[in-house]
Amino acid sequence: MTRLDLVIVGAGPAGLRAAVEAATGGLSVMLVDEGREPGGQIYRGSESGAFAGTAKLGSDYAAGAVLAAAFRASGVEALFGATVIQIEREADGSFSVSVATGHDKAVVVRARAVIAATGAQERPFPIDGWTLPGVMTAGAAQTMLKADGVVPDGPVVLAGTGPLLYLLAAQYGALGVAIDTLLDTAGPGNWRRALPHVAGFLTSRYAFKGLGLLGKALAATRIIRGVEAVSAIGDTRLSAVTYRKGATERTIPAHVLLLHHGVVPQINLTWSAGAQHRWNAARLAFEPVRDASGQTDVPGLFIAGDSGGIGGAQAAEAEGALAAFGVLRMLRGTAGDDDRIERQWRRRLAVSLRGRAFLDALYAPRQSHLCPPDEVIVCRCEEVTAGDIRKAVRRGAMGPNQVKAFTRAGMGPCQSRMCGLTTVAIIAEETGLSPGDIGHMRLRAPVKPVTVAQIASLSEADERRPTESPSATRPCK
Amino acid sequence: MFRRLVEPAGHVTVTIDGRPFSVAAGETLSTALLLAGFAGLRRSARLGRERGPFCGMGVCFDCLVTIDGAANRQACLVRVRDGMAVQTGTRLPALADTVPE
Repeated sequence: MTRLDLVIVGAGPAGLRAAVEAATGGLSVMLVDEGREPGGQIYRGSESGAFAGTAKLGSDYAAGAVLAAAFRASGVEALFGATVIQIEREADGSFSVSVATGHDKAVVVRARAVIAATGAQERPFPIDGWTLPGVMTAGAAQTMLKADGVVPDGPVVLAGTGPLLYLLAAQYGALGVAIDTLLDTAGPGNWRRALPHVAGFLTSRYAFKGLGLLGKALAATRIIRGVEAVSAIGDTRLSAVTYRKGATERTIPAHVLLLHHGVVPQINLTWSAGAQHRWNAARLAFEPVRDASGQTDVPGLFIAGDSGGIGGAQAAEAEGALAAFGVLRMLRGTAGDDDRIERQWRRRLAVSLRGRAFLDALYAPRQSHLCPPDEVIVCRCEEVTAGDIRKAVRRGAMGPNQVKAFTRAGMGPCQSRMCGLTTVAIIAEETGLSPGDIGHMRLRAPVKPVTVAQIASLSEADERRPTESPSATRPCK
Repeated sequence: MFRRLVEPAGHVTVTIDGRPFSVAAGETLSTALLLAGFAGLRRSARLGRERGPFCGMGVCFDCLVTIDGAANRQACLVRVRDGMAVQTGTRLPALADTVPE
């Protein structure tokens, strides 16, 4: 039976750099990603998207094309359009990675090590009416821009907090796309809490970039700060947005509302694989526990990039390299003849992470937005409201798993990706406990819904080489 | 609701709910559906309300459609192909539909 040295999950900056460095070190590597080409979300469309080969989305985005080319040149086999549904550690210490390669097909790939580079997702921003068609996340709109060159039309409102909200406004501004209103919901005390971290921010690359972004966004858009409540209005689709600032409440027409509440690690896969995760109170998110190479307490399972803690694309790329060196050291006893390269990546990681604490504090969501009013739907799949969750806690549900059993919150196809953090926040508010003590709903494999046909077709990669499936691609040389 | 900013290199034809549409070759299916005027793609399980694309990256499962007979595919993770047949309007079974009170 063929056993690879390494399977990498995710083709964003961390996964691509890990693949390049691992292949350079002589490892046999396979990379799996749900997308159709290298890039992940941050570099989505770098090869064939609407702005591939242009600088219209900024120099940071253009870096994705360089990394994608390096990955193609590495010769690493890639399985695109494929979803890893389970990572199991076998008795001999190797891993069985189950991969859905089509709606009726799945394969098992064996490897001695795994690097999970599954990236980030947007933190849920549950508001009244957020399930209406026409309400999307800012990240969704940005992927439509990158991949397809498509932009919102008609009255457009952006609402929430976080650098991505301003980045998107600036990108739209540079392309001549009108945004009617940006509703900034960051709390009033954020500046005061961010101030102690200002020194780190001023020496970061964000300082220059951030001010430029603000300038561009400010010039083109009406920005309303200190917004305390937002709701989406409409019958079968969005028609208006209502917001409250102080004592005034206003309703403005909107065809598209783009919500953003910052980003958090995608932890379903790593949690289900048995890695330990901890609550990060500054970032308001659960993060896996890792060593300096990104290795978890599951020996051989490494995590690189935003799925280990939000650091952005450049930090992710550095962590990808460091994880690859970690795997090399584990399998070969050495990460190469020359540890200068590893030290360079470690330095780049430290530089990339400068300024993050400032941004985390500055763009922190309001407590009232993390724990929405009773009537707001928290679990989109099963349509469970904040009030339903509060009632379950008052009736004695001890934690997220019991709330799930009482209310069905987290039981739908998204497997708590859209409601998990809000559920924990509401339990914390009701009980006075910290989210760290409460914990998250248990996350299990398969981490995405599977069909019976996929389970039936599960076979070792040896019997059905993934390269035979239509979605498999060989790198272009 | 959405418009095209960059002209595509080519077009393909897909069928949405039985009607043919010319869409950009290689485009994300959820994008093509929004541009074709399909804001709501399915109905929610419990309340039967309209849902459309939300997260755009395979996380939320709100853009589920039937593609060439395969149900509950995430339209945001699929690219259009010439001749693809898409069916919208599915409602996932709610627990109340399957379990007697």
